[in-house]
Amino acid sequence: MAVDTTEAAAAAEAARQAMGGIGVSLARKEDARFIHGQGHYVDDVVLPGMLHMVIVRSPHAHARIKGIDSSAAMAIPGVIAVVTGELLAQHKLAWMPTLSGDTQAVLATDKVRFQGQEVACVIAETKYIAEDAAALVSVDYEPLQAITTPQQAIEPGAIVIRDEKEGQTDNKIYHWEAGDKDATDAAFARAAKVVSLATFYPRCHPSPLETCGCVADLDPVTGNATIYMTSQAPHAHRTLFAIVAGLPEEKIRIISPDLGGGFGNKVPIYPGYVVATAASLLIGRPVKWVEDRTDNLISTGFARDYHMDGSVAIDENGKFIGLRVNLLSDNGAFFADAQPSKFRAGLFHIVTGSYDIPAAHIVANGAYTNKAPGGVAYRCSFRVTEASYFIERLVESAAVELGQDPVTTRLNNFIQPEAFPYQSASGFEYDSGDYPGAMKVALDMLGYDELRKEQAEKRARGELMGIGVASFTEVVGAGKGKDYDIAGLRMFDSAELRVHPTGKAILKLGVKSQGQGHETTFAQIVAEELGIPASDVEVREGDTDNTPFGLGTYASRSTPVGGAATAMVSRKLRDKGKLIAAHLFEADVADIEFAKGKYNVKGSPDNVKTIQDIAFAAYTNLPDGLEAGLEGVTYYDPPNMTFPFGTYLVVVDIDKGTGQVKVRRMVAVDDCGVRINPMIVEGQIHGGLTEGFGIAFMELITFDDEGNCIGSNFMDYLIPTAWETPRFELGETVTPSPHHPIGAKGVGESATVGSPAAYVNAVIDALSHLGITNIDMPITSDKVWAALRSKGVTE
Amino acid sequence: MNVTFEINGAAKSVDVEPRTLVVDLIRTKLGMTGTHIGCDTSNCGACTVLLDGRPVKSCTLLAPMLEGKSVTTVEGLAKGGKLDAIQVGFHAEHGLQCGFCTPGMMLVGKALIEANPHPTEDEIRWGISGNICRCTGYMNIVKAIQHAAAANAAENTAGVA
Repeated sequence: MAVDTTEAAAAAEAARQAMGGIGVSLARKEDARFIHGQGHYVDDVVLPGMLHMVIVRSPHAHARIKGIDSSAAMAIPGVIAVVTGELLAQHKLAWMPTLSGDTQAVLATDKVRFQGQEVACVIAETKYIAEDAAALVSVDYEPLQAITTPQQAIEPGAIVIRDEKEGQTDNKIYHWEAGDKDATDAAFARAAKVVSLATFYPRCHPSPLETCGCVADLDPVTGNATIYMTSQAPHAHRTLFAIVAGLPEEKIRIISPDLGGGFGNKVPIYPGYVVATAASLLIGRPVKWVEDRTDNLISTGFARDYHMDGSVAIDENGKFIGLRVNLLSDNGAFFADAQPSKFRAGLFHIVTGSYDIPAAHIVANGAYTNKAPGGVAYRCSFRVTEASYFIERLVESAAVELGQDPVTTRLNNFIQPEAFPYQSASGFEYDSGDYPGAMKVALDMLGYDELRKEQAEKRARGELMGIGVASFTEVVGAGKGKDYDIAGLRMFDSAELRVHPTGKAILKLGVKSQGQGHETTFAQIVAEELGIPASDVEVREGDTDNTPFGLGTYASRSTPVGGAATAMVSRKLRDKGKLIAAHLFEADVADIEFAKGKYNVKGSPDNVKTIQDIAFAAYTNLPDGLEAGLEGVTYYDPPNMTFPFGTYLVVVDIDKGTGQVKVRRMVAVDDCGVRINPMIVEGQIHGGLTEGFGIAFMELITFDDEGNCIGSNFMDYLIPTAWETPRFELGETVTPSPHHPIGAKGVGESATVGSPAAYVNAVIDALSHLGITNIDMPITSDKVWAALRSKGVTE
Repeated sequence: MNVTFEINGAAKSVDVEPRTLVVDLIRTKLGMTGTHIGCDTSNCGACTVLLDGRPVKSCTLLAPMLEGKSVTTVEGLAKGGKLDAIQVGFHAEHGLQCGFCTPGMMLVGKALIEANPHPTEDEIRWGISGNICRCTGYMNIVKAIQHAAAANAAENTAGVA
């Protein structure tokens, strides 16, 4: 009967919502404290006797330090200490290792190598006193020539920035190749057409709204070191602290409390953390260091700064047959890219993207410059963003040269759905995908054909309108541990699940949310796997004393790795529950079935023991010989990466008179496999599309010839507000990852990876008929205006 | 110097250096850490509080400017254990991720709908454009403010009926 069916469906839906398993847009569990103003961030930590640290930074990009006079600073009442590199050198702490196997000055001793470099630290009773005193630290500099581009840096005879490094006689950092040169040369030799593009992905900055900082609390009596720290990877940071500072690891406790965003900025270890920790040790009181915005923008992990030049070889049928890319990276004064150690240019070799290109060859070179170090993946999996941008821009150029619609060029060259798992020419095994499927959904949502007609009409009238297409493929979720590591630590991740006697649970993770909603999403995985309602699962992260070792949250790896660990540990407990259920039912364990939190004996589906019954029995009524408790821990080493993908379409209108670009529409179709909490997934995509918009049109860290950083505050480093930000239209397809326990792929970064090319392609699509083939980001009105004028276009 | 003002309905009299920024006074002296610091240059709005009902950036005010005034911070939004409509809206519409901009956004949103109970989307976007959110892309913040406006309107209608 129809009515009963409807009622049954409604009841099932109500039960589904109450359980809060996979696919439910559960409102976030973590919201309560934030909407009450009770979030607890590093700067909210106040400890008895706590001192405040302010860093004295170099005004020069390149200069020799002749001397430091801190007497005037020390004379201010309330100043406790001025720490210099010389002092740190006595404790062998003046230099520290970076995440790319280089060294970085903690406080400069010989030279300063970028504007904003850490030279001294003032520690005082209050932050105001520390600021006052920092202004009085007098540093005698002998300025040197600054090198601000990698092209300058690698010129013969260029002044050597890293002259302290033994054997370093120039500014070259690395040379790295991927793919097959011979096969690629052969493909180019038989190409019917070769299309090339030279483009620059400029330096930008993740700039989370909360800057970086720490409170270091070293107890001089017990030797315990508790460090509250803005850390996306607290466990890895604990180990690095043990190695760098020589502290006993069992005495170190890193607490990464609520993080006000991260986006890769909170992956590296910065000098401020090290000095605050050393100062707390030397002084015997807690020391707080929190950056101001300028500190953050000029000294901590920048992103991108990649000069890319490459070509695609195309056969007579319009098929891509080879890809060559040369890239030159500007790594700043210290090679501090956060990336797996085998890969000098991160995962840039994903540059073949969504396309079936049988041969590819990538050559990458890095250079030191007098700019801040960092090279972090700003909402990106280790240089995937640069790769995705390059290939999607190159495909746009190919479409223009082939005289094709860019959709056609893509459809002609996509890896086909039946080709998965797909072995790419640069060495990846793509897990799953349906690129034409996502493209079709996006085209339908946009009403592509109609807009092309509108564009043609407008072009006939001399109006400028463009439609940008980008079909990205990411590679996220590192490891497997054998191939991917951070500073040698294998990239697995962990989940510890404890089900208490009353059937409530606590889940402890090695990853660390920066706003992604882990406390909700990971509880939902447990709900799905074990049948304990998500509301009964408390999620804990970020405290190394109370969570299992994991590599942390970045490179979209929490769901692919930590999420898999959560599913697997839930299954472990589910299996143990079967042993207990068999005991309670007095049945054979082989006859026990489990579904949606209930155990029964085969053939008796109505006589059930709930997971809560089982949990109680695990502590009160166990079979002989079975260990008590319902707890477990899993360290999950993924068999492969996951490969989220999607198609993004952007419509822009350009004012010929001013060069102003207006984004009229933005359609984003993402396929991140199974969506655990669709609401949170969409929120991640909104955020990523906005950061992508910022990068495409506004966000820029640049330097003048003397190495002065332009973009050192939010008046110069422009971040999109609600006013500029487009209104996004989201769509989805679902192609599960075949190797992930719940089929999820990770989504936090897709939109930042995929969208910049879509925005830029839209602008180029509006202008390519005028002969304008490239404008580097950020696409500001003045650049468009100049490009138009260069082609003789006026109002 | 001594400054006397009201914060979240409670009278306060504090002794501060005249150069103390209001945000530091609130966070450090009063220990109310829901008001955040994001940029120091009045661009981001993480430090937004209401001063006599109007949103202001507390990183750009000096403590003596509070004399005789009334301040509302995020801690003052919920009353008697009941959430303000703006708090409900942000939770219901997933208007927050990392939570760092949230106190400022909620206060701006609250002031906005008090001045304009039925704002258009453009009015909301313009109204919150002095506050930066790095996580949400603003889509759900707009919805959260609309949610609160609708709830207020429904309550007012109920009151009239």
